[in-house]
Amino acid sequence: MIWKLTDDRPIWIQLVDQLTLRIVSGVYASGAAVPTVRALASEAGVNPNTMQRALAELESRGLVETRRTAGRIVTEDQSLIQSVREELAFARMDEFLASMRALGYTDKQIRELLAAWDKKEELV
Amino acid sequence: MNQELITARGLTKNYGSKSALDHIDLTVGRGRIVGLLGPNGSGKTTFIKLLCGLLQPTSGTLEVNGNAPGVETKSVISYLPDRMYFADWMKACDLTDFFADFYVDFDRPKAMEMFSALGIQPNDRLKTMSKGTKEKVQLALIMSRKAQLYLLDEPIGGVDPAARDFILNTILTNYNENGTVMLSTHLISDIERVLDEAIFLQNGKVVRHDTVDNIREQEGKSVDQLFREIFAYGS
Repeated sequence: MIWKLTDDRPIWIQLVDQLTLRIVSGVYASGAAVPTVRALASEAGVNPNTMQRALAELESRGLVETRRTAGRIVTEDQSLIQSVREELAFARMDEFLASMRALGYTDKQIRELLAAWDKKEELV
Repeated sequence: MNQELITARGLTKNYGSKSALDHIDLTVGRGRIVGLLGPNGSGKTTFIKLLCGLLQPTSGTLEVNGNAPGVETKSVISYLPDRMYFADWMKACDLTDFFADFYVDFDRPKAMEMFSALGIQPNDRLKTMSKGTKEKVQLALIMSRKAQLYLLDEPIGGVDPAARDFILNTILTNYNENGTVMLSTHLISDIERVLDEAIFLQNGKVVRHDTVDNIREQEGKSVDQLFREIFAYGS
């Protein structure tokens, strides 16, 4: 997975988003150690302080925890990970629906299109 | 230990009738990576040379670690000048000897390690190296000191984009956590993501000093874009 950073938003917020994505998709498994700030910062090519701020934010959201002996680990709370994942999924669906409505489709048509598209997939 | 590493109050430097720095007030803390940004002739190098004690201020005060630039501050500052000051007959190993003699905080094994990562042999002479390699050699030496303040004047000016990445990575992975790195450049887009703070200089004045995240949050644009707007010609 590569780090993609754009120009329009604060870097730490983008890092939070991408770290969250790695957690919900299981790149960093629940209960497993999170790489060190330095390692992550160097991998992403960002300032360690910025990466530290992103990890502190994840900690306050409960997605990562600091263990005195084991360092930083991904939370073992599966239901939290699932709910964050769902939130992200709903946000993506909102974006999708908004772009479809911009094309002039009604919600009903969008559902029909999706169903038809499913079948197309099966044919392939 | 006082909180701020650099404190400047009413700092002014004139060259004859020309003012290079005009009443600068700023403070910089520890453990930061700070960009000193501005077009050519805005006073970046003058500010760095004042910090090094190579120039004396015309008026105002400047303190590093609570001391005016002098013997104490020179021992805690690692300075990369904008041009090379080593004789070109020197070998890489001569340079590490040189630094080990001069600076008690120089970590020779670390420098040798960086040299080997760059593919530089201890017996290579500076004369035989390309411009980019020379810059990398200097940076490796500078970053191998355990200094409190690293002053890098145009560290990525003359090197290709791949070498730029290497240099930025070297800075990120080697600076000492209680130390501050201040680097001057006008190649902002390349360094933006490694910076904590940006100081914008224009005609010898600080026109903006803020964290990169604040600038992005408030302006909704990158520091590079903001720079282009502030310093646009003909506006």
